[in-house]
Parts: sequence; structure tokens; C-alpha cells
Amino acid sequence: MLMARKEMIAMLLAGGEGKRLGVLTKDLAKPAVYFGGKYRIIDFTLSNCVHSGIDTVGVLTQYQPLELNRYLGIGTPWGLDRRDGGMTILPPYMQKEGGVWYKGTANAIYQNIPYIERYEPEYVLVISGDHIYKMDYELMLQHHKETGAAVTIAGFEVDWKDASRFGLMHIDEQQRITGFEEKPVIPSSNLASMGVYIFNWQLLKQYLIADEANPASSNDFGKDLIPAMMNDNLLLSCYIFNGYWKDVGTIDSLWEANMDLLELSPSLDLGDPEWRIYSVNPNQPAQFVAEHAKVASSLISEGCFIEGEVKRSVLFYGVETGAGSIVHESVIMPKVKIGSNVSIYRAIIGDGAIIEDGATIGKPDSTEITVIPVGKHVYAQDQLMGVE
Amino acid sequence: MNKQKIMGVINLIHETDELDKLTHGRCTATVPFGSRYRIIDFTLSNMVNSGIQEVGIFVHKKYRSLMDHIGSGKSWDLQHRQSGLFILPPITDDVQELSRGDLFHFYQNRDYFLRSKPEYVLITRSHMVCNIDFRKVLDFHLEKEADITVVCHQSTEPVLGKARKVRMDGSGRIVEIQDSYGRMLSDYSNMEMYLMKKDLLMDLVETSLAKGQDHLVRHAIFSKLEQLNVYGYVHDGFLAVVNTINSYYGNSMKLLDSDVWRKLFYEPGPIFTKVKDGPPARYSPDAIVSRSIIANGCLIEGTVRNSILFRGVHVHKGAVVEDSIIMQNGVILPNSIVKCSIFDKDVVIEENREVKGVSSGPYLAGKRKVI
Repeated sequence: MLMARKEMIAMLLAGGEGKRLGVLTKDLAKPAVYFGGKYRIIDFTLSNCVHSGIDTVGVLTQYQPLELNRYLGIGTPWGLDRRDGGMTILPPYMQKEGGVWYKGTANAIYQNIPYIERYEPEYVLVISGDHIYKMDYELMLQHHKETGAAVTIAGFEVDWKDASRFGLMHIDEQQRITGFEEKPVIPSSNLASMGVYIFNWQLLKQYLIADEANPASSNDFGKDLIPAMMNDNLLLSCYIFNGYWKDVGTIDSLWEANMDLLELSPSLDLGDPEWRIYSVNPNQPAQFVAEHAKVASSLISEGCFIEGEVKRSVLFYGVETGAGSIVHESVIMPKVKIGSNVSIYRAIIGDGAIIEDGATIGKPDSTEITVIPVGKHVYAQDQLMGVE
Repeated sequence: MNKQKIMGVINLIHETDELDKLTHGRCTATVPFGSRYRIIDFTLSNMVNSGIQEVGIFVHKKYRSLMDHIGSGKSWDLQHRQSGLFILPPITDDVQELSRGDLFHFYQNRDYFLRSKPEYVLITRSHMVCNIDFRKVLDFHLEKEADITVVCHQSTEPVLGKARKVRMDGSGRIVEIQDSYGRMLSDYSNMEMYLMKKDLLMDLVETSLAKGQDHLVRHAIFSKLEQLNVYGYVHDGFLAVVNTINSYYGNSMKLLDSDVWRKLFYEPGPIFTKVKDGPPARYSPDAIVSRSIIANGCLIEGTVRNSILFRGVHVHKGAVVEDSIIMQNGVILPNSIVKCSIFDKDVVIEENREVKGVSSGPYLAGKRKVI
């Protein structure tokens, strides 16, 4: 059958457990975590792919995939239900010699070499479903072609205080990568790898096979594959990204990233008609703001029914707040029912939680973000603080 | 078991249209309603929620916006291999036939009816906005051993908009139907939803046309109330008859009652519409909003009271919107005041303007108007 060769396809690593998100990822892979009033984290990378002209995306799942799989379906909301290519969910699978889990990021791609080969791509984009950003991968591919690099890694300058959470790069004046260290204790650079790679496929394939054959390898891009390529003196180039990029891997960063959206002109524009963030539609009516409600500095989604006061908060679809309730500096995930005279300060409330009349959650000036688990029933007398 | 019993027919032929500028470029069925929907979304969703998987829409005039809105029917889950959505434009040999009644158009498309497998057919209009389970109508139909079941609405208040009136006897059998301008006093309005066997419909089509009559309700049903068992099923939820500007405005304002909002949009089923992928609504620090329905994609920096804002509306700082309906992408620039108005899509109100209607005669601005 005649099938168009794909210049570049994307491999999206969506198996992340997101341990540091605690109760929010107990039954959920990190890419499926809610963000920004109506999205899940993975919507951003999928939308990026589509807007960058990539129509073939393999999504590698592993940890708690049920809800993520259900959410992704056949890729329709992102326009990825295509005859040639489109979205394919790639879980670990059994083989004749017995199957194995994806041992590491590189191994996950290694196990799916047959999938990639079907499309005979020139380039493979490796991304993860863990980050919030809007990026045109086509511009990065241009950079990759211009520099003639074997690999291009997208880099982002992070705050020095956060730097040790990332894989860090050193570059020369031509943006060639001269050094790479994975999550060092004492960082010597603040140029973080965004976990966005463009590889020449034939070369990547060789390295994946060699890496797999090495029993000492942990089969990880950052720890094994990239250092191996550096040792072989290949040209590794860095593509510096200047937009908004956030790793929402911790409770604090998830809360912060949501609060970032409330600024007067947020650095992450969700409303750009040229770069819509697609997501599964929850089919809810428009939000109802009642007579005595007070809503300001907030982001509120469809199906919300608001009677109380909502300030500096992000409310996902289908949230109800009763009369006399106060929601400040909080992120309320879908279908949370908040009764009357409830106070919620600096909190993240998991989806489907029920907060009874009169309950108090969090404190106005607390430095710690209170997290209420998915589906939790909070009773009237409860006064909850901190992370369970 | 999933065998289909009912096929749905949405009949847009000669649908009442007194919606002025709102229907200059579109048909009644695609007039925006309820902050993010089009009028036809309600009927389509009701059908789908009632398990109807085959829906034919008899389009008539100005249906470009309808084709655009409906697409393949995917948003209503009507894109199936086995059945799904059919859009049936008029089949005419010359232009004059376009003005003939619905029975003529049904006849021209009789192959569509004959090819469909369901035994029953439910014929509706689009402008009766409600949330209803048609399976209950079928149960009623079978229980009464009716030939035709007509869905009715009971209300002691006068109906906004134009609806036919219905009189029933003690058993629920319909003894009289009158046009909206008739003098009959009755609490029952006809919701223009007719359930019958497909065979009966085909009979009515052929026998009426043979007599030179081509209007379903007036000719095939009005005149046969004695020969056929025609029963009235009373729908007890909210009903908005949307076919005049005053009923459009009045019924929209009724949605601002939280009970009506909950009932119309959730019970018994959800209402589906075409997806737009806009972000959640943003409220600035200065926003003041009360008793309003706000769609996603809106940005509110001013004051909004007793109003309905469609997707992507921007109310700037110092602007006030009261008792109004602002459709998609409307922009109210700083310090302007809008009262008792209906703005079609893409209307822009410049700075320091005042636009005021009265509730009995709201100010109506057509699409893309700049004031």
C-alpha cells in the first residue's frame, strides 16, 4: 500500500508516575493530571504536535494507563484520528521471549522500533507529556537541519534554585552542547533540558540498539544515551526556547503554574486562536454566576455553578460552590461540590471531592499548599491543612 | 440490545421565523441560544440521549450555517457506520416546488424513509427548546395504542413565542388543534413533536398529496383527529418556544433562574454542541458579575448583570452589560453601557457608548455591527 513517508514523527513519553504529586497521581499517570481549568497536562504536548504539523504520534504509556487511555481514545479531540499515522497508544507488550516493562525512556523507544520503522521517518521527535508549554517543533526542526546536528535538545533557562531538578547543559557560543549533567546536586548551569529531543532516526536507532546491548545501562536518554553520543563526539546542538515552560512535577509547581494563568496578561496565553489547546470536551453548559456571587481574578470553566466568593482561583468544569463560601488562591478540579459557608485557602482539591457545609481547608497565609485527594469527602467539622 | 426503534426527523421546512436580524443569514435552527448552543442542539441532543441513532434533517433555506455547525454529526455522536445523520436538502425540478409543504419534501425523499430500519418515526421542529426523553413518549404511545402521539406542554402562563394550541379529552386524546392565532383557550401548547409508525407517515404522505394537500400538521393531522387515535403526551419540564424576537429574549432571560438552568441543561440528559476549544472564562480583579451565564473564552473586566455571554465575549474595564444577550466574540469597549440588548456575533461597542433597549422591545444589533 502506498503510504506517505513521514519526515518527522513524535514519540511521546507518557508513562510518568509523577510520584511527587502524591495523592493526585495515586490512580493516574502524571500526563493525565488536570491543569488550567479544563486541560490535562498531555493536551499541551499533543496540541503542540498538531500545530507543528506532526500528524503521527506514538504515546508510550505504562503507569496507571486506564484513565489516560480512556482520555486519549483514538485522538479525535486533537485531530489525530487519521488514516495514515495519527495517534497510537504504545503500552509495553509481551513478546516471544517474554515481555518487559519499559525499563527507561530509551528502552521505551527501543521496544517500539517497529512502530517507528513503519513510517520510515527522517527524524524522530522525543517528548514527554509532563510539561506545560506551547512550542513550535517545526522551528526546532529547522534549527536541527541548519546546524546539521545529530541531536538537538531543547533548552530552557530555569531559576538557579530549581536547577538541580533538571538535566543541565553547557553550551558554546554556537549553541553546541559541550557538557551534560543529569540532576546534579550542585548545578553549574541553569540551562535545563526540556526533555524535547530531535534525533536523526537512523542514528538514534543504532544508539538504541547499542544501549540495549549494554547491561550496565539504565536505558535512559539523559543518563545513558546522550552521554554516549557526547563521548562519540557527535554534534549535539541546543535549541533555546524562550516561551513559557513549566515542569509541574510537584504540588507547589502545579499550584504555581495554575496561579500564573491568573496574571493580567499571563505568559502562557490559552486563548490564542492560532494555537488552541485541544482537550476532550466535557459537554457542560456555560457557567452560572448567581446573584450574590463574587468572582474576580479567576479562571472559571464550563458547568460551574457559583454562589460564593471566588478570588485568585482556577475552577475546572462542573464545580459548584454554595452561598457564603470562600475560595481563595486555590485550584478546584472537575466536579468538586463545595457546600455553603466553606472556606478554602491555598489548596488543590482533587476532582469529584465533596466538601460539606462549614468545612475549612487550608489557611490564608500558609506557605504550604493543602491537597485534598480525588473523590474525598470532607465533613463539616473538618479543618484540613497540608498534604495527606 | 441496541436495536433502533425510532428514527428522528427534524423538519425545518417552513419553520416559523420571526427572528428578524438573527435569521438574516441563517435559519432558525442555527440561531445561537443559551450561551453556547444553537437552537437545533437541543432537539439533536434529546434524540441522541433517547437512544435515537438515525436522524434526518430536512433542511430548506439558508442552511449553510447549519451544515457548518452539524458537520458530520460527530459532536452528537451521530457519525456511525450503520446509521447516523442525514441532511436532506429539497429535491425539486423547478424553483417553485421549493415553496411546497413538508409532505411534498418527505415524498421527494421517500427512499430515505423506506431504507431506514426503525419502525417508528419522530418528527420534530427545532425551535421547541427543551430537554426530554423520547423513550417515555414511545412508552406512552404504546400504552395508549395511539396512531399518533403529539408532545404537548402545559402552562397556565401565556407562552412566549408562537405555538399551536391543543385541546384534549379526559383520556388524553386530542380533540382539537388550532394555529397560534386561534381563539381557543387551552393550557396545552403543541410542541410540534409527532411520533407515529413510519408506515402511517408514508400513508399520510401519499394520501394527502393525492388530494393536493401537502402540509403535515394542517392537512394530515388536523383533519384526521376523528379517524385516527391522536394522543397528547404532556412534557412537564421547561419549554422555550423560540421563534420571535420577544420569545428569544424572554426565554433567554428565564435561563437566569438557576432551576431552569439546571433543568434545561442537565435533566434528563446533557446538551451537546460543536466544540470550540476556547480556554476557561477569565475574570479580572475588577470584574463584577452577578446572575449571569458566561461561556468559556470570555474575558470580563467590567460589570455584567442579568446577562448571557456567549463564547469569546470581552467586556472591557468600566463597561456595564445588563439584561442583555451578547453572542460570540462580542466586544464592549471601556466605559460603555449596554442594557436590554441582543447582539448577534462579532458586534463591537466602541468606548463611552450607551446602547439601551427595553425588556418588551430589546435593542437588536445584527452580526458584525459596530456602534
